[in-house]
Amino acid sequence: MESLSTVHPAGPAAAIIATLWWVLLAGATAIFLFVTGLIVWAWRQPEGQRDARGFVIGLGLGFPLVVLAALLAYGLVVGERLLPRAGPDVVRVHAEGRQWAWRFGYDDAPGHRTENVLHIPAGRPVDVAITTADVIHAFWVPRLAGKLDAVPGHVNVLRIEADAPGRYDGLGSEYNGRGYRDHRFTVVAHDAAAWDRFLREETP
Amino acid sequence: MTALRRHRALTRIWASDTGWKGWFTTVSHTDLGRMFLAVAVFFFIVGGILAMLIRAQLASPRSAFLGPEHYNQIFTMHGTIMMFLFAIPLFEGLAVYLLPKMLGTRDLAFPRLTAYGFWCYVFGGSMMIFSLLAGVAPDSGWFMYPPLSSAIGAPGINTDFWLIGITFVEISAISAAVEITVTILRYRAAGMRLSQMPIFAWYALVTAVMILTGFPPLILGSILLELERAFGMPFFQVSEGGDALLWQHLFWLFGHPEVYIIFLPAAGAISTILPVMARTRLMGYGWIVAAAVSLGILSFGLWVHHMFTTGIPHMGLAFFSAASTLVAVPTAVQIFAWIGTLWQGRPTMHLPMLWLMAFFATFVIGGLTGVMVAIVPFDWQAHDTYFIVAHLHYVLVGGFVFPMLAVLYYWMPHVAGRTSYFNLGTVAFWLIVPGFHGTFLLLHWAGLLGMRRRIDTYGSGQGWEVINLIASVSSFVMAIGFAIVLIDVVVNAVMAVRGARDPWNAGTLEWAMPTPPAAYNFASIPRVTSRDPLYDTPDLPVQIARGEGYLGDCARGRRETLSVDTATGEPRYITVFPGNTALPILMSAITGVFFLGMLLKAYWLVPLSAVGVIACALVWVWGLGRKETEGRIPAGHGLSLFTAADVPDPPGWWGSVFLLLANGTFFGSLLFGYAFLWTIAPNWPPPAYVDAGTGGLLLLGGGAALILVGTRLRPVWGLALVLAGLAALAAVCAGLMLRAPDPAAHAYDATLWVLMGYALLHHLVVALMLGLLAARRLAGHAAATTVGAARIGRLWADYAVAITLVAATAAMLPGLLT
Repeated sequence: MESLSTVHPAGPAAAIIATLWWVLLAGATAIFLFVTGLIVWAWRQPEGQRDARGFVIGLGLGFPLVVLAALLAYGLVVGERLLPRAGPDVVRVHAEGRQWAWRFGYDDAPGHRTENVLHIPAGRPVDVAITTADVIHAFWVPRLAGKLDAVPGHVNVLRIEADAPGRYDGLGSEYNGRGYRDHRFTVVAHDAAAWDRFLREETP
Repeated sequence: MTALRRHRALTRIWASDTGWKGWFTTVSHTDLGRMFLAVAVFFFIVGGILAMLIRAQLASPRSAFLGPEHYNQIFTMHGTIMMFLFAIPLFEGLAVYLLPKMLGTRDLAFPRLTAYGFWCYVFGGSMMIFSLLAGVAPDSGWFMYPPLSSAIGAPGINTDFWLIGITFVEISAISAAVEITVTILRYRAAGMRLSQMPIFAWYALVTAVMILTGFPPLILGSILLELERAFGMPFFQVSEGGDALLWQHLFWLFGHPEVYIIFLPAAGAISTILPVMARTRLMGYGWIVAAAVSLGILSFGLWVHHMFTTGIPHMGLAFFSAASTLVAVPTAVQIFAWIGTLWQGRPTMHLPMLWLMAFFATFVIGGLTGVMVAIVPFDWQAHDTYFIVAHLHYVLVGGFVFPMLAVLYYWMPHVAGRTSYFNLGTVAFWLIVPGFHGTFLLLHWAGLLGMRRRIDTYGSGQGWEVINLIASVSSFVMAIGFAIVLIDVVVNAVMAVRGARDPWNAGTLEWAMPTPPAAYNFASIPRVTSRDPLYDTPDLPVQIARGEGYLGDCARGRRETLSVDTATGEPRYITVFPGNTALPILMSAITGVFFLGMLLKAYWLVPLSAVGVIACALVWVWGLGRKETEGRIPAGHGLSLFTAADVPDPPGWWGSVFLLLANGTFFGSLLFGYAFLWTIAPNWPPPAYVDAGTGGLLLLGGGAALILVGTRLRPVWGLALVLAGLAALAAVCAGLMLRAPDPAAHAYDATLWVLMGYALLHHLVVALMLGLLAARRLAGHAAATTVGAARIGRLWADYAVAITLVAATAAMLPGLLT
């Protein structure tokens, strides 16, 4: 149930964005109710010349500028926290999309190749280097992090992390033709021991 | 002359042909506006049926109703039709019908161009419908990202239908935009200053200029992609120095302004209708104009927010995120000015107002979710999910369709001259609005639960089933509501009672005429001193009908209107419009053969039809010339004016200025694309850069000088110099192409060919224009009546010289730097 939900996060990046969403929802609801209230109130007012400056400058210019400045700052801080930064325990893996499958490779076990299953250690930041063999795809594990495109000729790096061992559903999330619906994969997050085993063995 | 006799005389002059022939020869903006609107509604129905198929398919999990082959065509065509064949043409139709009436003039600046654009739209749209019926409709998404839409990803003819059909349709957008711009700036009631224009005209002006600057990147992208598909020129193939992201930049450089091109006309309608419904005047006219202009400008700075997940560096994204949220500010200015207008008036709840309330409730939500997805990290999750589907429908339906329903019910009495009889419209309202929110509100949540856009079906167990069932049922309720609106319109047209003129007690000039409007709009052109002339001069309609304005004397027996000063609206000259003609439909049919030849890869048709189009164009322009000058002729109120044939800035000169704006944007986009590939794309540099050599450079400089001098001499003598100069420039361009003989080898060679081909095309156009001018002089046309044409030729010649020099420099620059 809800294995693709962005609002049931299972990793730090998805959790930060989920929090962002709830803040955005609360703010948007408040603004919507305020604007609707102003409109409804227009029917209960006696007519008469109004001060255009109050509406245009105060509400039209001032109000959104303040709200948006705060929001932008918040968004920027969140965005910076999600970027892939170098660190001692970062794991690097490779994801290559094609019509309609994913192939994964591992810096820590160069010989390993897996099809449609990505193995990662739980509780450690993982950088996924995303490429494509044909058209544009996107790599997305909704419960772990946002999505990033696989563009021909480019390598895009996405930071994901799973809080706990388990299986997480992943999707190709850029429309790519007939087989788009089933362009999916699974992320398996291992505890430290299982991760070591995976790196050493041929098949986990 | 009594008002009735004047009406009969003017009707004889201005009427379209009778019977079926009239449909094909009319150049009247009233006729063509209504035809535009009718065809746009037809495409709305087609797009709506596709939407119903989508919702039927998604109503339950694992549906086997449609397979991916059909589903992909259907969602691609739903988006394509709604954007290109419904929304933009509906604006064009509305502006074509309303603007001359609101501005107090008798027709648009270029009546035959209106007809040409309309028929291009019909023929191009028919191509798209044919592809749908034949089962070969485009299926790569309305955004057509290569390589999925390239020859490798989509080998069939489907994508070609999109690239060629839409480019064909865009001719109508560009011609309508040129037309609207020139009309607003030069064709108004006497004395109507820019600051006294009806607010809708301001919005239409901003929208038209945005079309002129927003569509060229897409037209360029479509041409490049078609060149890649047909001839292997690798603009988007990374292995040969192209880049798939170039398409995304070009597409969204168009695609985001497009959203405002759709919203602004609706906002213009709201600014017009809302004060009338609230029985007051618009609050903050100047602020609203400033907001519309700044929306227009800002909207070009945020295309990258459609590309937040393509791997652009975060600081770059932050800039576009800021620009994207900033665009909410001018939107808020308008929303709160409208609310202020409501506060200062006594609002009534007629049907148009009801639709405006639906607009507020829906569009504000769409705007707020828009701010959400402008925040980069949130977009990383929401992108390409149903959250975006819901958001964009809140914006486009709330911000365009609902206001257009207000437009329908507000101006229907004007078009039909009848008052609404049954209250079907209210019933439809209560089906459409709840149906809409039932369809889309919960889909936001489905998106957050991970439901991707564009999947043809889905499994159960993700919490999507109930949401989708509700959405599908609600969408059918909404569809029934739209059907009732259609029935309402038909019932109104055939059954309702004659209505009064100006039923809403509005103040703008379109209500100063009998309804339905006469072919000539105004029996005489009024003098205007304020924004709401009907409020200041209640008997203005009578004065106009009595011929008390300008050009009320129709003794000359031809279609005349006033051309005015851009800023002050003071009369400058008299424009004599052409009569009914089948030339526009003929020319657009031949243009259609041109596009068909490319679509079917029957390339022999292409030069053949190009010659046909040129022949039509020459006939078209020749008819504008006069042998002898007419001198000043009376325009009424003691004013004597020249006609457009005798002035240095005829309508064609103004049209050329704005067409060159679009053309220059096209060229600028090409340079942008070239710079993008050069600096960003992998697999550069190419095997070799070209160089014209010293001889080439001399030829280039000499040719440019000959043209610049030649266009400033007398036409016949100057022509020899200009032709020599053009030949020199063409030789340099062709020489550069020969130095990179295989345009399929590398994106650099391909770009070089396009740059040079673009220059060569302009050399041909300038040669034809100046040749025509010389021919007119040789045929005995007086110098006085060719001044304007000479200036138009000079404008194009200067442009051709400039772009040739820039293109040649650009082509050689990387070679010089390395």
